[in-house]
Amino acid sequence: MKVFKLLGKKATRFGFGEALVELGEKNDKIVVLGADVTTSVLTSFFRDRFPERFFSIGIAEQNATTIAVGLALSGKIPFFASYSAFSAFRNADQLRISVCYNNANVKIGGGHSGITVGADGATHQSLEELALLRTLPNMTVVVPCDYLETKKATHSIAEIYGPAFIRFGRAPLPYFTTEDTPFTLGRAEIFREGKDVAIIACGTMVWEALIAAEELQKRKGISAKVINNHTIKPIDIKTIVESARECGAVVTAEEHQVHGGLGSAIAEVLAKNYPVPIEFVGMPDRFGLSGEPEELLEYFGLTWRQIYSSALKVIERRDYKSGSNHIYRKINEIVSFSDELL
Amino acid sequence: MTTKIEFEQFTFENRARTPEEFADIAKELRRDVIKSLYLARSGHSGGSLGTADIFAVLFFGAVMRYDPTNPNWNERDRFVLSAGHICPILYASLARAGFFPVEELRTLRKLGSRLQGHPGIDMELPGLETSVASLGQGISIAVGMAINDKYLDKNERRVFALTGDGELQEGSVWEAAMAAAHYKLDNLCWIVDNNDCQIDGRVHDVMSIYPLDKKFEAFNFFVIEIDGHNFSEILSAFQTFHQNHKNKIGKPTVIIAKTKMGFPISFMNDSYEWHGIPPNEQQMIQALSELL
Repeated sequence: MKVFKLLGKKATRFGFGEALVELGEKNDKIVVLGADVTTSVLTSFFRDRFPERFFSIGIAEQNATTIAVGLALSGKIPFFASYSAFSAFRNADQLRISVCYNNANVKIGGGHSGITVGADGATHQSLEELALLRTLPNMTVVVPCDYLETKKATHSIAEIYGPAFIRFGRAPLPYFTTEDTPFTLGRAEIFREGKDVAIIACGTMVWEALIAAEELQKRKGISAKVINNHTIKPIDIKTIVESARECGAVVTAEEHQVHGGLGSAIAEVLAKNYPVPIEFVGMPDRFGLSGEPEELLEYFGLTWRQIYSSALKVIERRDYKSGSNHIYRKINEIVSFSDELL
Repeated sequence: MTTKIEFEQFTFENRARTPEEFADIAKELRRDVIKSLYLARSGHSGGSLGTADIFAVLFFGAVMRYDPTNPNWNERDRFVLSAGHICPILYASLARAGFFPVEELRTLRKLGSRLQGHPGIDMELPGLETSVASLGQGISIAVGMAINDKYLDKNERRVFALTGDGELQEGSVWEAAMAAAHYKLDNLCWIVDNNDCQIDGRVHDVMSIYPLDKKFEAFNFFVIEIDGHNFSEILSAFQTFHQNHKNKIGKPTVIIAKTKMGFPISFMNDSYEWHGIPPNEQQMIQALSELL
């Protein structure tokens, strides 16, 4: 079994910013558009290295998105990045018609995503964009789990043709993947083997899922499989269905509203192919608040503790309640359930 | 009784012409528009007819460089119809330029047709540069193309884009205007179809965009105002743009073309009610009889 160790803390935006420079070195078709927050989303690295291929559009995300389409229709590979709230929501119509309907080779970087943007508060905490983006035909949606994976994912979306979105964040958060950790766009990676429950996570929640799995093992003897489902679209149906078949119970975890994001995508796959009980960890259908990133994750229930308690709950539902046709050995011999919720 | 609709297969060359020749071409384009909209049973008559004179000069007066036998020719000038709803006139122009069989105009808005109700490049219609229609977006795409040509590929290509005037109520249009001037896009020619009509009424009543010339001047454009039904003025405006491009004046050019919606059909002329409807059979016969 692969074992992931905490290697340190680093914001995923560095992975994006650094990858753009590497991409710029090897491909002169890579161009970048900025909408005034270049030093926040770190497109400034590219701007400083390749000023002739960087275009400042000002605080005008709709225009930046559509200008990117004009560049893409001229054979370039434009990356436009801002905060997700602006580069992947405010410009929804531009993404739908000009980017996706054209199947234009435009790459959208969504920075300062999720609750972990912190003190800026609810207006800047983008927790809805995955729901929008994954309904758009032709769009690829990637939510990498740490700094290095963001770097790999940025390279990967440049290599495919067509619209793509990559999500990253501002706060320094755990990084734990290495050069050897496999990453293939569209393929969910099993980060920890397990047979009692499958935890399917993306982004910042992958590390939390690994901790939850460790705690489940330690405290309850429950063997949890952890899947890093970084590509929300196109989704890896095979890995998800196989995991559900093997475990019979699923927990999803994401730094996004519980509606419309990764959890919904997993539910769609399983409802159609192999229904099992699912518990959803995510933002509970409300707007965020100002605060420190880790404080907020705790406050809104986006930590390993909720994944842990959701795992217990979903196993209980599978074994004792209706809602599942899954035939599974009852594991009450292993663990007696209580109302204990961490 | 259904009138049989024929589309005679002939094309026009793209070359220097007299106003009389443009008038004949515009008449043919309008006939194509009327017939295809009648067959489609829905679509936008007013703007398609009102801009026919501009399209006649733009496509058939040696204004734009293109090659219908090689639609992706990498030295072609590009045209973006930001006001995508008036695509019947674009389709007629592309067909008469030889990009695809004229007969295909009868498929407008039909299932499986390359002539979508609003242009979509997924249908791979030769000569169509981009999907457009959500108003305001096409002009930003054109700005992106012009930035590409001026700063990245550094070529001599030119980008033409046509917006409506009601379309200028979309805020992102002015983001595009700001960017076009900021990047000194003297390779961009923006045509405004200024018929003062939109679905709900007169543009100046629904939400005034005026004064238009001063707005564009303030945005640092080279502004030309013309009568959009006067072929000499239309041609001269495009020639001025050619000069601006050649002289690298460091400003985008805007041509504010005063037009009349539905021109010159008697019962449509200058009537905003004709923005989004097709002629019925009787109206089609009447309109064609006025275009002989």
